[in-house]
Amino acid sequence: MIIIFFCFATRSIHAEELVAELSKDEVAITTNFNGSDIFIYGAVKRDSAIKPADKSDGPLEIVITVSGPLEKLQVRKKAKKTVIWMNSKTLEVDAAPSFYAVAATGNVADIISETEDLRHRISIKKAIRSVGNSGTVQDVDQFIDALIRIRQEQNLYHDLSNSVSLKDETLFATDVTLPANLVEGQYQIRIFLIRGRSIIDYFSTEVSINKVGIERFIYDLAHKSPLIYGLLSIFIAISAGWGASAAFRYVRL
Amino acid sequence: MQIYLPIAEMSVNAFLLLGLGGIVGVLSGMFGVGGGFLMTPLLFFIGIPPAVAVGTEANQIVGSSFSGFLAHFKRKNVDIKMGLVLLIGGLCGATIGIQIFALLRELGQVDLLVKLSYVIFLGIIGGLMFLESLRAIIRSKANHVRVIRKKHGWIYALPFKVKFRKSGLYISVLPPLAVGFFVGILSAIMGVGGGFIMVPAMIYLLGMPTKVVVGTSLFQIIFVTAFTTIMHATTNFTVDMALAFLLLVGGVLGAQIGTRIGLKLKAEQLRILLSLLVIAVCLKIAGDLVLQPSDLFSVDKGLSH
Repeated sequence: MIIIFFCFATRSIHAEELVAELSKDEVAITTNFNGSDIFIYGAVKRDSAIKPADKSDGPLEIVITVSGPLEKLQVRKKAKKTVIWMNSKTLEVDAAPSFYAVAATGNVADIISETEDLRHRISIKKAIRSVGNSGTVQDVDQFIDALIRIRQEQNLYHDLSNSVSLKDETLFATDVTLPANLVEGQYQIRIFLIRGRSIIDYFSTEVSINKVGIERFIYDLAHKSPLIYGLLSIFIAISAGWGASAAFRYVRL
Repeated sequence: MQIYLPIAEMSVNAFLLLGLGGIVGVLSGMFGVGGGFLMTPLLFFIGIPPAVAVGTEANQIVGSSFSGFLAHFKRKNVDIKMGLVLLIGGLCGATIGIQIFALLRELGQVDLLVKLSYVIFLGIIGGLMFLESLRAIIRSKANHVRVIRKKHGWIYALPFKVKFRKSGLYISVLPPLAVGFFVGILSAIMGVGGGFIMVPAMIYLLGMPTKVVVGTSLFQIIFVTAFTTIMHATTNFTVDMALAFLLLVGGVLGAQIGTRIGLKLKAEQLRILLSLLVIAVCLKIAGDLVLQPSDLFSVDKGLSH
């Protein structure tokens, strides 16, 4: 594992500050890419020992979120029209993370206030933005829940409550598994330090996930010069077809 | 061995793809069909996004039909002139098919369109083929002399007649243009070559001799699917080169095995087996449309409104 990241949060009005590090700041999608793990760890920095004043706000909690690039989505619901089931209602989602994991020392809903959740878009549901969506759909919540459920089944959304280990209110660590069906881009990692359901410090960094080698080449060609890409696809197909028939003729003789 | 598909943006087992290509290849070699109508639904089934499945399948068919075309071309079983007429119709049809595809993708109904097309066309073709081959089997058991096919009068009454020497026909260019056009639309929408519709149409509607039918339809399919591939690649960015290549490798190997199996079976037996296969695929897709889906919700991405 390559350790590259080192960063200090600088909001020092509080007595407790975050210091965090990632096991890697780059993930390469290669031809045989089959998912990857990111180990996130760090410590709470203090000028002195834990003061009773700090403790009076309640125990220290940590929430860590990993978010993939935002994308525009349509969530569709099927309904029966005479005999056939077809898509009838569509919810336009303005921006939903292509991947989202929220890990915490406890249950996310319990350790953070609604206000903080709304402001920082921490829980999965708050991370999905679908404002200004009143058109065809009334029960927006039902569609958002369906989106979360489908993406959880695809291992794209993870609620990792109770998965962050915290030792002596000082050392913390967690592991987030990235599945194989990843979209490339900048993945944002945020770490929140929480006492009494309020955020007292936070730290944010990015991991870049990119296709490399042949994957990079094919993807870029397909999007930047689609005509050449199409012609090349045909050329490869024709060569394979010709090669196969030539090979079998040779074998038979 | 997992392989990450650059355009589908998912990781799939490479041997699964080679195996799928192989199985469909065996069947296509046995029955002399392209196999697109089997492969595209199978790709949906393993989770390839429908748009990528349709675009990529067109690319794969270019390769497999070229391989088949070469074999027929060497035996001089291709009516190039007829193929060109079918091709002109096919290119016009494919252009319109791509537009329909893009429009319905926007409306979120591309799934329904593709599945309905499958049910309708596979149902009709499978049903007709089943009845026809059943009759042929009964006839051969009863030892009757084969009834001579009657010529379709109205087709001979149409204007713009052209001589197709290889097929021994002197007919209007309109019916082959229409057949090509129709198959071109289906090729773009369904991700198939369209051989399973074109072959019966050429035999029963145009009255072409069976000998030149397969080679001529393959000739047309190469160009129409090549055109469809370019269109999907430039308008929808949904052609996955890596996926197509793996399916092709499995497919061409399977086709050689299938051809050998096919030689051991009688023509009527082959046709009845193929019709049962077509009907089975049709019923499976029809079931998906009529039965309540296990999940009413689905997620689409990347469309701008």
